[in-house]
Amino acid sequence: MSQKRAMAADLGVRKTQSGLATVLPGRIVEFVRLMRANHYRAGIQEAVDALRVAQCIDILDERQLRCALRSLLCSNPADWKGFDALFDRYWQHQRAGAIELTISGRLERLEPGAMVGPLVKPLSAAGSRPEELWRDALRVGASAHEAMTRSDFRLAQLHENTWPLEQWIDGLARRMRKRLLRRHHIRSLGHRIHVRRTVRRSLTYGGLPLDLMYRERRRELPRLVLIIDVSRSMNAYSYFFLRFARGIIDAFQNTDAFAFHTRLVHIVDTLREPDRHRLKEKLAWIAAGWGGGTRIGESLQAFNREYARRLVDSRTFVFILSDGYDTGAPELLGEELRRLHQRAKRIVWLNPLLGRADYAPIASGMQAALPYLDLLAPAHNLESLMKIEEMLVRL
Amino acid sequence: MRAFVDTEDLIGRLEDVGYIAERGLAVALLLMEQLKRPLLVEGDAGVGKTEIAKALAAAHGCELIRLQCYEGLDVNAAVYEWNYQRQLLSIKMRESEDSSLAEKERHVFSEDYLLQRPLLQAIRRAQPPVLLIDEIDRADEQFEAYLLEVLSDYQVSIPELGTIRAVSIPHVVLTSNGTRELSDALRRRCLYHYLDYPSYEKELRIVLRRVPGIEEQLASQIVTFVQKLRAEELQKRPGTAETLDWAAALVRLRVSSLDANPDFIVDTLACLLKTREDLAAMPPTVTARLLAQSV
Repeated sequence: MSQKRAMAADLGVRKTQSGLATVLPGRIVEFVRLMRANHYRAGIQEAVDALRVAQCIDILDERQLRCALRSLLCSNPADWKGFDALFDRYWQHQRAGAIELTISGRLERLEPGAMVGPLVKPLSAAGSRPEELWRDALRVGASAHEAMTRSDFRLAQLHENTWPLEQWIDGLARRMRKRLLRRHHIRSLGHRIHVRRTVRRSLTYGGLPLDLMYRERRRELPRLVLIIDVSRSMNAYSYFFLRFARGIIDAFQNTDAFAFHTRLVHIVDTLREPDRHRLKEKLAWIAAGWGGGTRIGESLQAFNREYARRLVDSRTFVFILSDGYDTGAPELLGEELRRLHQRAKRIVWLNPLLGRADYAPIASGMQAALPYLDLLAPAHNLESLMKIEEMLVRL
Repeated sequence: MRAFVDTEDLIGRLEDVGYIAERGLAVALLLMEQLKRPLLVEGDAGVGKTEIAKALAAAHGCELIRLQCYEGLDVNAAVYEWNYQRQLLSIKMRESEDSSLAEKERHVFSEDYLLQRPLLQAIRRAQPPVLLIDEIDRADEQFEAYLLEVLSDYQVSIPELGTIRAVSIPHVVLTSNGTRELSDALRRRCLYHYLDYPSYEKELRIVLRRVPGIEEQLASQIVTFVQKLRAEELQKRPGTAETLDWAAALVRLRVSSLDANPDFIVDTLACLLKTREDLAAMPPTVTARLLAQSV
């Protein structure tokens, strides 16, 4: 009882049931809005439902209200775990006085933008020759096309207008999808009789199944998971890899993307940004890279522990985009890749450094990883990205 | 039979049928009944997700209709199918009759030839049953989309027969092991409950309630041991179901106390740890350490 009275007093209304009953619905709707601001799936329907919920239970009992709203507004384990903190914060604010629902009032959730360094900087040490090469690449025409597909991504950053290249990357993902579907189509030659349709047709012939109807095998796209290294050593490439990931996410339904340097961040929501300028800004922020080295092994461990069970199955291709310079222990990397390898269909490691003539994968991280990779391929320019699709079909 | 009055009533009635529910779950179940919305339960394997539906059906005294999902599950296996053999037979038998083609067709596509699968059964019962859609994450996305339609309108359309509307709205419980991300639409449609591993107190109550003839001291030791085991780095942590298996095994072996027969622990550890790696990660020295902390 004292709890109820305290709550009523805190809300600044008279201690009558009716007074509280008129104030609470408004507070609940406001709470739903707060949840929406924190990326919960809470729309107008949820607000309406929350009010219906309030009628079903004793809303003056804080525990019941908490459980009810949690069941209503959460929709996955991550929501579930973050709910109590938000609930407490909101209703405690309520006690302290009115709260303001502004952007600054948002509670922080893990968002890639929240842990960023400076915007991406162009390579200052590069000479003028590659820059010219890149400018040539952006000229319109068939030869220019060729130049663009062949030039290294790290040179692309020297030029301000990377839009043509980005469009190419988007198109690339769509083409990949098309070709993969076609392959599946041709492969699925084994037909099964569609009994229901056949019987339906047979009525015309007095029950004789003359006209056989077939059922085609459903065409299925592979599931893709991209894990992108955004550490400082990858600075020159990570922007384009993220851009590539965006194209893939648009083209393939079942795709997930992660970025890592010393720890792992889920970035699919960020990549879905529809506005292209804002997308560019966000990607540049993620790609900026942080100090403190690269911990591939630990990031993969985090991936295995938290996401692999849900996202990786025997149809999944896992792409790791990294140069393989690991500041962590190579044994851990090997062990985690072994685990991932058991679960996934294929592991593909894309290493931009492979595009350089003088590079050999002898870094200890790369060495530990090699036994568990189904494919190690270069990914330093558009041409190499285009080849990935061919390799995917063959794998 | 009667509806639940409040959460206390619900918790009490679930306990009567052998299910220990915490308040959060009770509130979710209460809301599910009152808002007539499905409840999506997620959690690791063996924490008692499926048991919720069974207990709910028992508490209501109503039927439990179960749809086990698997990859490739389609409408034919989940909703309805025509009995083709009987249809073909009937067409043959009626060949000589001089009824029109339309009449014959109407006869062959009548209810007599309809095989009702769980989803259709569930919406045609006079008394609302509990519909358990188990491991929805195993079904394909196409099926999930179809399910969404059924769960929002509670009606099924069969081209040859017309639309069949729900006689009563079933209590729907969906479970997911999280092997695949479910669609936003389905998640929005459902109330949500995340079932975690039980606390010590709750698990002890479950063991005492579900394992007949177990002594309190042994039950307490078992639960403490399992709780400690869950804190270790394991590939597959033992759930409540495993605890119950293990407790039943120890009772069967007439173990009165864990420290009296440490060998039995090692021998029966297979009840708790289900992968080779996990068993290898728990050599006798480690179990001895956990055991020392548990008794």
